[in-house]
Amino acid sequence: MIQISNLGHKIGGTQILHDISTSFPKGKLTALIGPNGAGKSTLLRLVGRLEPLQQGAITVAGHDVARTPTADLARVMAILGQQTAVASRLRLCELVAFGRWPHHQGRPRPEDRTKVAQAIDAFALSKLKNRFLDEVSGGQAQRAHIAMAFAQDTEWLLLDEPLNNLDMAHARALMARLRDLVDRQGRSVGLVVHEINYAAAWADHVIAMKDGRIMAEGTPDDVLTEAVLSDLYDAPISVGRHKDRPLVLHHA
Amino acid sequence: MDRRATLMLAVLALLLAGLSALWMFQGLGAGNRGFILSLRATKLAALVTVAVAIGVATVLFQTVAANRVLTPSIMGFDALYVLMQTLMIVLLGNAGFAGLSAGPKFGIDVGVMTALAVVLFGTLLAKGARDIPRMILTGVILGVLFRSVSQFLGRVLDPNEFAVVQAVSFASFNRVDAALLPVAGVLTAVAVMAAIRLSPQLDVLALGRESAVSLGLRYRALVMGTLALVAMLVSVSTALVGPVAFFGLIVAGLAHGAMQNARHAGLIPAAGLIAAILLVGGQWLFERILGQAATLSVVVEFAGGLFFLYLLLKGRIR
Amino acid sequence: MRRMPALLSALIALMLASLTVGAAHVDLRDIFSDDRAMLVLLESRLPRTVAVALTGAALSVAGVLIQALVRNRFVGPDTVGTAEGAALGLLGVTILFPASPLWVRMIAASLAAMVTTWLFLGVIRRLPAREVMLIPIAGLVLSGVLGSVVTFIGWQTDLMQYVGTWLLSGEFSGVIAGRYELLWVAAGAAGLAWFAADRFAILGLGEQVATGLGLSTASVMRLGLAVVSVVTAMVVTTVGMIPFVGLVVPNLVSRVMGDNLRASLPVVALSGAVLVLACDLVGRLVIYPYEVPAGMILGILGAALFLWLLHRRPAHG
Ligand SMILES: Nc1ncnc2c1ncn2[C@@H]1O[C@H](COP(=O)(O)OP(=O)(O)OP(=O)(O)O)[C@@H](O)[C@H]1O
Ligand SMILES: [Mg+2]
Repeated sequence: MIQISNLGHKIGGTQILHDISTSFPKGKLTALIGPNGAGKSTLLRLVGRLEPLQQGAITVAGHDVARTPTADLARVMAILGQQTAVASRLRLCELVAFGRWPHHQGRPRPEDRTKVAQAIDAFALSKLKNRFLDEVSGGQAQRAHIAMAFAQDTEWLLLDEPLNNLDMAHARALMARLRDLVDRQGRSVGLVVHEINYAAAWADHVIAMKDGRIMAEGTPDDVLTEAVLSDLYDAPISVGRHKDRPLVLHHA
Repeated sequence: MDRRATLMLAVLALLLAGLSALWMFQGLGAGNRGFILSLRATKLAALVTVAVAIGVATVLFQTVAANRVLTPSIMGFDALYVLMQTLMIVLLGNAGFAGLSAGPKFGIDVGVMTALAVVLFGTLLAKGARDIPRMILTGVILGVLFRSVSQFLGRVLDPNEFAVVQAVSFASFNRVDAALLPVAGVLTAVAVMAAIRLSPQLDVLALGRESAVSLGLRYRALVMGTLALVAMLVSVSTALVGPVAFFGLIVAGLAHGAMQNARHAGLIPAAGLIAAILLVGGQWLFERILGQAATLSVVVEFAGGLFFLYLLLKGRIR
Repeated sequence: MRRMPALLSALIALMLASLTVGAAHVDLRDIFSDDRAMLVLLESRLPRTVAVALTGAALSVAGVLIQALVRNRFVGPDTVGTAEGAALGLLGVTILFPASPLWVRMIAASLAAMVTTWLFLGVIRRLPAREVMLIPIAGLVLSGVLGSVVTFIGWQTDLMQYVGTWLLSGEFSGVIAGRYELLWVAAGAAGLAWFAADRFAILGLGEQVATGLGLSTASVMRLGLAVVSVVTAMVVTTVGMIPFVGLVVPNLVSRVMGDNLRASLPVVALSGAVLVLACDLVGRLVIYPYEVPAGMILGILGAALFLWLLHRRPAHG
């Protein structure tokens, strides 16, 4: 479980997060939703210790994020930030291989190579693996970054808008793979999504944020309702059902 | 020009006059007055010429480049001059070229330099409009390239002569070539007059390319003409004292600050006056009071460099 | 790895050529019968050749590191104030403790180089983000400002001629046995970087990825800073700064091989050695029997390569 208690965060004098307490359940797929600027990325970055903690406490699978050595945390959770551009000129396979670094610290073992090969396969990158990052499309690069986080092979996987740049088929494949991680391997996943129907279709748990506060949390059926969503996005939104899951429609 | 600007120019002119008097007559002993006075007058004339050249060149260049952190020498103008001079010696042969007296030789130098600079920097500015930092970096590195080639040619021409290298690497306000002074003075005066005549058009140019073109300015011709003036002025200052990278930056910054409005009719004289005040005052301070004539140029570069970093950190690059 | 053999043979060929070129004629075939030739070889030619190769290799590796540290391709140890820092340190020791032994000078130069490089890192952290080209500009200006401080002190204390040998285009003509061994320290420091190659590569991926992978960025930064400073200080002390090597070699290698430093650092080092050896040879042959400093040649070649790198394609990264 990821436990967040009384989390506050300020950037340059403005309060970005207001006293947030919540949790990401273990063994579930948790989706963070909310309008632009709600504080989703900030929350995820704080959990992933990409940002120093100012106020409050976070534990990931029992590890206090503020106190656990960063190298140890890297074997417990993998995080993919919203901005993935890198200036280095790396081949896709080299980038994915760095996902294993927390486990071998520069001396890759056979199992590390296997994991890398699996991740490359899983995201359909085999044909591209010898290309440089600046020689592939935005979506392909994004898949390489996700594959790197996958290769890290941690109990927790945190992804900030992983669907960015992905076409419908690859987006669906990613969600299916995440489901598989959760259902078959007992991993836990937290991700930020803007396309709510992905949350509706695949998530076990939804946290809705707005203006640095949590507006609602619970199962998709509880959170993805007309009342909550219209309030969350300040726009009339209707919710139907499809295959026994909520289907969110914005056609007025 | 409004009253405030006129007043400001008058104050600056008075200040310069006062400093010049101080320079001429301070600590004048009893003996050999005539000689000392003529020595001091020559130096004063040189300092003022160089100062005006650098100050006005920088203001003009900043207007053309539409950028307040640039100076011609940051962009490699003076290095181009040094290179061109070295090339002239190589190509025309020491004998024939050196046979010319200082005046005509300098005239040829300036002519070639002006042509080269217009072509090179005209292209660079036109291409770089979209990515200013890249353009600046290009200019800086071009400067390094020009300097390196000059040093190399200097070495090849005369393997034992290290002075060439020294001379193009450091500026010195003490090493003024008196023989060049008359030509240099005339050239500077002509360039400054031309600039002042152009100033209404420069005001429009300062609005940026788009506005200037839509206001019916002959944009390209004006840019080229202004660059030619800059090249002339830089040739003068480089020939007299060597490369001075950041001095103009301080001067242009102060001139814009003092005049508040960006009218070139006021800006150009203000830049000339402020530059002259700084150089004459600085040289007086360092030579007569501190007794360290050699260090003024270093101090100026130091202060100018810090000022440049300050502008960068303030995000004023655009 | 077909590049390594090619580079190695180029290196060997250039080193052999470097051994034979010089004012005194030395025929490599009869050094064993000719005592004088042997002496020239051991006392002058060999040290010089080794010094050139070590300098090129170490500076290139230092360039890779500083580029990873600031995540910008357009910087090198000679354009961010490191060299000027080393000169400041040397000046300081020379003035304050004129009789101090070599190792004290060496440490002072390294420490001062570290301080000025750290200053540069502080400056660029405050620059507006996303302006890729501002970083090299800030570095060049900072080194200009520091250079004017060095010049000022040099003038005040009549040490200008030393300052000249440290900061004006470095050359190898003064290298003889016993006067270049510090460069082994530089090469050692650069070699150290190879063991942390992965860490530097990860650092180059950005703060976010580095933290995500559990890398302690601060300690990698410190290591990089130390290596860059020590390499630069040793080079400045022994032969004077060689411009652009640390800037262009990493760029050229990265274009071909990418930035997987574990694989590319050896190639970078070899290429740097080859480049500087070639420039030194050219410098010795152009106006034979006189010499043009290798640094001067690199000033031209390096600046031209830099301009090419700068404009080869539209802004990227
Ligand atoms: N570096 C910064 N300086 C100032 N404000 C910032 C900074 N980074 C984020 N913010 C502000 O913090 C708030 C939360 O930002 P955050 O990136 O967490 O939003 P988000 O929910 O991820 O939005 P999006 O859906 O657009 O990614 C926003 O209002 C944003 O303007
Ligand atoms: Mg976000």
